[in-house]
Amino acid sequence: MTGSLTRKLVGYLGAALVLLVGWQLLSWAVGSPALPGPLPALAAFVTSFATDLWPHLLSSARRVLAAIALGTVLAVPLGLVLGRSPRLDAVAAPMIFLTYPVPKVVFLPVLLILLGLGDTSKIVLITLIVFFQLLVTARDASRAIPPGSVLSVRSLGAGRADVFRHVVFPATLPDIFTALRIGTGTAVAVLFLAESIAGRTGLGYYIVDAWGRLSYDAMFAGIIGMALLGVALYEALEFAEARMCRWTRVGR
Amino acid sequence: MAGLEVRGASFTYRGVGGDVAALDGLHLAVADGEPIAVIGPSGCGKSTLLLLAAGLLSPSQGEVAVGGTPVAGPRLTTALIWQDFGLLPWKTVLANAALGLQVRRIGRVERLERARASLARVGLGEFEDAYPGELSGGMRQRLALARALALEADLLLMDEPLSALDALTREDLQDLLLELWLQRRHTSVLVTHSIEEAVYLGRRVIVLTPRPGRAAAEIDNPRMGEPGYRDTPEFYERCAELRHLLAAEGAVGGGPAVDGGPS
Repeated sequence: MTGSLTRKLVGYLGAALVLLVGWQLLSWAVGSPALPGPLPALAAFVTSFATDLWPHLLSSARRVLAAIALGTVLAVPLGLVLGRSPRLDAVAAPMIFLTYPVPKVVFLPVLLILLGLGDTSKIVLITLIVFFQLLVTARDASRAIPPGSVLSVRSLGAGRADVFRHVVFPATLPDIFTALRIGTGTAVAVLFLAESIAGRTGLGYYIVDAWGRLSYDAMFAGIIGMALLGVALYEALEFAEARMCRWTRVGR
Repeated sequence: MAGLEVRGASFTYRGVGGDVAALDGLHLAVADGEPIAVIGPSGCGKSTLLLLAAGLLSPSQGEVAVGGTPVAGPRLTTALIWQDFGLLPWKTVLANAALGLQVRRIGRVERLERARASLARVGLGEFEDAYPGELSGGMRQRLALARALALEADLLLMDEPLSALDALTREDLQDLLLELWLQRRHTSVLVTHSIEEAVYLGRRVIVLTPRPGRAAAEIDNPRMGEPGYRDTPEFYERCAELRHLLAAEGAVGGGPAVDGGPS
């Protein structure tokens, strides 16, 4: 366990080093104040973090976490039930097919008008996006469960709830984690957009505000904050999956 | 009491390409504690028969009863063992063995105790924390057996449980099945493709006709279970007899054994 942790840290450090060197080279090549090198950016990140950056990071993290949690809690049970119930699915599938391809981000102005410029509109928008990605994944994954797995548990006398608990939920969990990981990337991107358009809190606001003030080092401090937020979410999911889906990592 | 009675059972699958009559008026009586084997060409409704007996399907005509009671759903002490699918890959060996008891709301302590005892009985005592994906094919079927033992099943329904195993592992598990039956004397219905397996593990062997399935013939095999039976001339005679019966049904040596829907 500690061996894999060390390997992971070494991997991260190596990758970070490559990225930082690339960034520095690019910054030299471009030669514009809009692309400072990693050293001033990191320095700005460290100095501003304790003073004005961390409240923004905190409100961004709070929004994206709330939205992911809300979207998961709403979408996963619904998707699993739809996938297992042809009758409900016949009603819901056309609605999903019609609404899934619509880019939810276009509703940002409407949400801002209806729900205000604060947390609610942003959380609702990201929840919508996470909701649909997870709904479609959970539905497809639960439809793909081999009928034999369900029959074998039913032959033991399992009712509907037991089948969900022992078969449907664990069988679809790896797919749900994959969707969550992809959804998290989208969620952070949309978070940036929403925060940059409305409100005076969050990393999105921080970045765009620094941009407006031509304070490029501060802008990059915000960008680093956003990147760290994304990495932290990704790693948290990785950790949860390793704990909850141990069986997918055996025999490899 | 766990005798199985199938009285004129028919079952038809409704499919996209038309209906398939899997069983047609099948009669079959298995006495309490009797081990029988069911053999027949592909598509003769052997699996359907087991699903009916397990209460997972209801016959479209006729009746299925276990221990004198008509089967209306899964029964508490019937165990169904499959070639695959039976185990849940996301549960450990111990949790898989205890699953039937968990579904039946048996308390945790008793459940794990019984699961551990049955794992030890099939030789998997040291693997309780492994996942099925880490086990060999033979060990997986041992685990499926352990689950049935933990349930204290008095009716074992087995759907080609050993057909994916290599020859040596297969004989090993046949011996285990026989040993367990000799100790426990449960009612046992073994569906198999293998003539030797049918004769080794069935006191009676039922031959089913292809679609729709009906009992075409039956051989008595009274010496099944005697020590060293596999090496006796009588064993080979029974196998030869069974092979002739199957050839007459077109299952071996005869026409093509096509496993598909009706054209």
